[in-house]
Amino acid sequence: MKEQISIRNAVPSDLDAIIALDEVGPKEEKPAYWRGIFDHYAKGGKKDRLFLVAETGHEVVGFISGEVRAWEFGSPPCGWVFAMGVSPTMREMGIGQRMLEEICKRLKQAGVTTVRTMVDRDNKVTLSFFRSQGLRTGRYIELEKEIE
Amino acid sequence: MKLNKGSLFALFAVLELASDSARQLSTTDIAEKYGISTHHLAKVMRNLVHAGLVQAVRGVGGGYRFAGNVSRTTLLDVIQLFETLESELDVPNHWSQAGDPIVAELRSITKEIDNLTKAVLDTITLETALKSTRRRTEAVAGAAGSKP
Repeated sequence: MKEQISIRNAVPSDLDAIIALDEVGPKEEKPAYWRGIFDHYAKGGKKDRLFLVAETGHEVVGFISGEVRAWEFGSPPCGWVFAMGVSPTMREMGIGQRMLEEICKRLKQAGVTTVRTMVDRDNKVTLSFFRSQGLRTGRYIELEKEIE
Repeated sequence: MKLNKGSLFALFAVLELASDSARQLSTTDIAEKYGISTHHLAKVMRNLVHAGLVQAVRGVGGGYRFAGNVSRTTLLDVIQLFETLESELDVPNHWSQAGDPIVAELRSITKEIDNLTKAVLDTITLETALKSTRRRTEAVAGAAGSKP
């Protein structure tokens, strides 16, 4: 039987579940990192900072975080999604799509009409997901070099 | 970026067949729709059958049906059956060692472009390309319908 998925704002008691879902980054740094993210994006009730979770029953099975960023790199205000995760056992059930749709709805309410993200070129699964949701290569090019 | 005829015809055929996996189409049906050579397309179809992406249907009417996985097969998967997509610098075989640094730099730049090209094509599944195609069709129909 398909369980109902609901998307809501993250609350402090979700942090442990979110840390467990995060597959990126060194394990020992995660709790401090996510507490910092939560403080910045979930507290304060700001419309332009968003931290959402996907829940079935009482279990957090996904998270997505983003915000409006204005005039960085010369870009007019736009929405950014910078973190997202879905429980490995709950993939391909449309949870990622639901979360992205909800965050885009809230970004639009905050006044922007473009959403951006950045993905490692080798992360085929995540790139394929965002492309399946209609995102295409944007006009900004990320450049980098090693500092000697 | 330039695709050779094999890759292009293969993409036409695979996307056309994958858009309705229950439907069977003949080589002539596809060739007429895209204004391409039936003879060349027939060779391409044999390669696609061998790769398991399409299935030849025997009997009266005959034709081909999509047999792959629409959400897992990417545009690069199809293209790589017909070409490698590596940029070619038409550098003569014999150049003096003094020319090495510039040749190496140009090769490095074209490799950067090739990596970006592959990262795009390898993350667009047939399903994503078809979804985008449907949106285009709806947008055109919507624009036509709203004309006075």
